Amino acid sequence: MRLLNFWLTHRAELGAMIERHLFLVLWSTLVATAIGLPAGIIAAHRPRIGRPLLAAASIAQTIPSLALLGFLLPLPFIGGIGPRIAIVALILYALLPIVRSTATGLRSIDPAVLDAGVAMGMTPRQLLWLVELPLALPSIVSGIRIATIVGIGTATIAAAIGAGGLGEYIFRGLSMVDSTVILAGAIPAAVLALVADGVLTWVERRLAPGRQRLSRAAPVAIAAAALLVATLAAAEIGAAHPDAIVIGSKNFTEQVVLGELLAQTLERRGLTVTRRLNLGGSFICDRAVRSGDIDAYVEYTGTALAAILKQPIVKDPEAAFGTVRDAYSRAGLSVLQPLGFNNTFAIVIRGADATALGLKTIDDLRRVEAQWRPGFGYEFAERTDGYAGLASTYGLHFTTPPRVMDLDLVYRALATRQVDVIAGDATSGLIKALDLAMLQDNRGYFPPYYAVPIVRSAVLLAHPEVREAFAQLAGRISENDMRAMNAAVDVDHRDVGATVREFLMRVQ
Amino acid sequence: MDGTPHDAPVVSLADVRFAHDGRTVLDGLSLDVAAGESIALVGRSGAGKSTLLKLINRLLLPDAGTVTVDGRDTRAWDPIALRRRTGYVLQEIGLFPHLTVEENVALVPRLEGWSETRRRARAHELLELVGLPPAEFAARWPRELSGGQRQRVGVARALAVDPPIVLMDEPFGALDAITRQELRSEFQRIRRHLRQTVIFVTHDMDEAFALGDRVGVLEGGRLTFTPAAAAR
Repeated sequence: MRLLNFWLTHRAELGAMIERHLFLVLWSTLVATAIGLPAGIIAAHRPRIGRPLLAAASIAQTIPSLALLGFLLPLPFIGGIGPRIAIVALILYALLPIVRSTATGLRSIDPAVLDAGVAMGMTPRQLLWLVELPLALPSIVSGIRIATIVGIGTATIAAAIGAGGLGEYIFRGLSMVDSTVILAGAIPAAVLALVADGVLTWVERRLAPGRQRLSRAAPVAIAAAALLVATLAAAEIGAAHPDAIVIGSKNFTEQVVLGELLAQTLERRGLTVTRRLNLGGSFICDRAVRSGDIDAYVEYTGTALAAILKQPIVKDPEAAFGTVRDAYSRAGLSVLQPLGFNNTFAIVIRGADATALGLKTIDDLRRVEAQWRPGFGYEFAERTDGYAGLASTYGLHFTTPPRVMDLDLVYRALATRQVDVIAGDATSGLIKALDLAMLQDNRGYFPPYYAVPIVRSAVLLAHPEVREAFAQLAGRISENDMRAMNAAVDVDHRDVGATVREFLMRVQ
Repeated sequence: MDGTPHDAPVVSLADVRFAHDGRTVLDGLSLDVAAGESIALVGRSGAGKSTLLKLINRLLLPDAGTVTVDGRDTRAWDPIALRRRTGYVLQEIGLFPHLTVEENVALVPRLEGWSETRRRARAHELLELVGLPPAEFAARWPRELSGGQRQRVGVARALAVDPPIVLMDEPFGALDAITRQELRSEFQRIRRHLRQTVIFVTHDMDEAFALGDRVGVLEGGRLTFTPAAAAR
């Protein structure tokens, strides 16, 4: 019921996501077919070229999708966030089934039939078009079918790099720990896959040799229809304003809220904005803003210093801000005034444990380090200002090594007693909602994480009103404001846009 | 083709040698076939009967010696043009499973650019000739036919553009005795009707003597003729 409601209230957005999803899958499958079909023919006719070709396609298939997107990100032309790179990745995945099924279809033709064709005086080209391809067609279509279904599934990952599609709901649902939102994206994706499977299986059956055939025009019509839909979708997506200001965000609730906040602030000033929210971790956002794929996003001073600039940690907030601002300005990026709150890392435990065991500070953790299981997000586990530094500063030695999981999952894992201590965000709305407690950083380990808008300096020059608009946000968002907005989205499942709109009405 | 044998042979093999995988299949083989003649080739399996046929329509080229068709060396022939005027019936028949009976028969005319009406008329004429009434068989798929019916379609397909030379590789090989007998008399009837030059391979001596003007025995890479006419 909640799910139906969600779809009803988000039906325009859902429609756009399905359209985007189809756009990604159709284009990638069409291009993969255009490449894979000739490759399959070569593979079948010349095994010496064919074998390495198939091996290469198999290797591409085995690369995990997120890793593949990561590899492609820094490449010129195809790299950068957005649909282009997602389509490239999807093409790589679609190639193997198409090449393989084309080659298999051609190789399994009765040799007597081919001999007859040659003996009747067919040229190699006539043999290919009149005999080989028609006979291999069902096998080729089955390859396209598999490629399409795999594509529909894999395209959900594309949301991680801002390509959009139904994966956006899945990622949003993960970060909100809300299975309804996950299902809102997962179910349409599954239905799409089933429909594609059904339609293409039907086509495949109709094409089996010696059956009642589709008229000669039918395969052409199907291909043309697919191309048309893809083109229309491309036209619509391509029609985004060229001078729109592109706002990005990382892939957790607070970041999406802050991205929306920047976007609405600009829109209130009459500027056109394109949202590229939910872009994965800090490194993806950083790369995107440096390459100009996005124009602005909100970063945290501590993260900028340690994770991006790889400089020693600075405890003084003013000094940290100054260092970050100078370093960024050399890269053509402007660091604007902090928004107000400090989203430092917070070491979080269950409220019940805090009361029962009297744990107040991180130092107190040493009393339970033999029994407790820590759990961290990937970034905290890896970063120098993360777990390693924390352990050495506080002399912590957990007997059980930390479980590393998606940042979205750590709060839930803590609440359900799968882990006992986590590193979270001080501004997380879940801390209150799940009855968790923050331990005090009594040795002052964590550097300041003040939220600052990062904007490409070129954009500030071209649109001076952007600086004015963001200046009005400086110092306006307290820790409590941020926690409340996070809770509204994560706990009460409020719409991000509405939450931000109400906040802006209140403060301005 | 006016039905009378010409003096110059239509097909001529002179001192032909052919080796496959290092094994000599044909060695110093010579053969002249006059226009309108029917040659039966017999011999053990592996004796090179099929190889000999494939040398004539340039599916294979000889390692030594020459094969000439209509007085021209097959090396000088455009292989496509040569094969279009050489009907070929395969032992495995090799009908195109994605084409109907009519489309199978009309395929070479289609390659030759005949109009659709002419193709259809020709296909129906040939189906009639091989004893498959077009009303019943033209629209069928190959998989809906019996072995004998498929073989008849194979013969009709080979005759489609009225080629002056027809090569047949065990055309009745895979059939039961009754069907064989039936097709054999069919073949004689068709030949009386068309007077093409036919070279066919068989492993059945009775068949060879019944259908061939001459019967050649392939052995040790060479061909020796049995006086078939005398035996009849």
